[in-house]
Amino acid sequence: MHELSIAMSIVEMAEEEAEHRGGVHVNAVHLKLGVLAGVVKDALLLSYQLACEGTDLQGSRLVIEEIAAVVYCPKCLGPRTLDSIQWFACPECRSPVSQVIHGRELQVVALEIQE
Amino acid sequence: MSAQTRLVEVRQNVLKQNDIVARELRQQFHDAAVYVVSLVSSPGSGKTAFLEKTLTLLRSNYRVAALVGDLATENDAARLARSLVPVRQITTGTLCHLEAAMVRTALEGWKLDQLDFLFIENVGNLVCPASYDVGEDLRVVLLSVTEGEDKPLKYPTIFNTADVAVLTKMDLAEAVEFDSAAAACNIQRVRPGMTLLKVSSKNGAGMDDWLRYLAHGRHAYPPRLLSHLA
Repeated sequence: MHELSIAMSIVEMAEEEAEHRGGVHVNAVHLKLGVLAGVVKDALLLSYQLACEGTDLQGSRLVIEEIAAVVYCPKCLGPRTLDSIQWFACPECRSPVSQVIHGRELQVVALEIQE
Repeated sequence: MSAQTRLVEVRQNVLKQNDIVARELRQQFHDAAVYVVSLVSSPGSGKTAFLEKTLTLLRSNYRVAALVGDLATENDAARLARSLVPVRQITTGTLCHLEAAMVRTALEGWKLDQLDFLFIENVGNLVCPASYDVGEDLRVVLLSVTEGEDKPLKYPTIFNTADVAVLTKMDLAEAVEFDSAAAACNIQRVRPGMTLLKVSSKNGAGMDDWLRYLAHGRHAYPPRLLSHLA
């Protein structure tokens, strides 16, 4: 369970950014989370609350946008969204696919701040 | 959203710090021309036995060393020390995976340019190590025949981030009625095209293929950067 250390990194990043902007209050942190990032959404949400305790972000929300696995199909010559990460095959032509375009994201994209 | 609140763009990778250190490590490894192989698997899959055998066999032709991650004990390092190559333990405490900074600290004082191979044994865990680049050139995922054929489907992310899969404890395959073909099929589903090797650390079967694979990887130096971590 590495979600707690990831949540702590998120809180740290948000705190730094808030300080950088003159000590603004953070209402929410927006995160992109890919299905191939190896991070469990529910565990991260729970960990986030724990990580916020006693920090300036206590009471803030973590808003997670889940990113599907998008791969490049060498046969269709285009991006395709996987039906399941248990099967790396093009959903249309069933060719095996290995080039991942999206799905590994673990990125803080925005902060909802109060000035 | 009230009048005083607004959204500001940040766009920062959460694991940025780890990625930066991993990139620096990889550069350092390339400069020293040491081929770095990491091993990931669930606990009890035979990583340490496999590594001990590998180190012992490689030792006669190459200069090798190993780092081994474990939550609490130093038992693995003690076992690996029997292979008579330099071994260091990284005790992670409560942390379930190795991070690049831990590897960097553990390497202090070692002359990397005097090594041909460096092995990094991750903490036994099929989830968390998937997210952390430790600067390796080759990531090996191990699956023992006693774990069942469907492990790759249960942990697709770690299998997908690995470069090669090794089936271990093949000497037990018959006894546990392990279906090699099904395991291979499941591995290909989550990582099409991945090389699959079968070994027994106990009786040495398959170790020749594994050593050839390693030697080939090293001789093709500098190795390709891991595309999934770019």
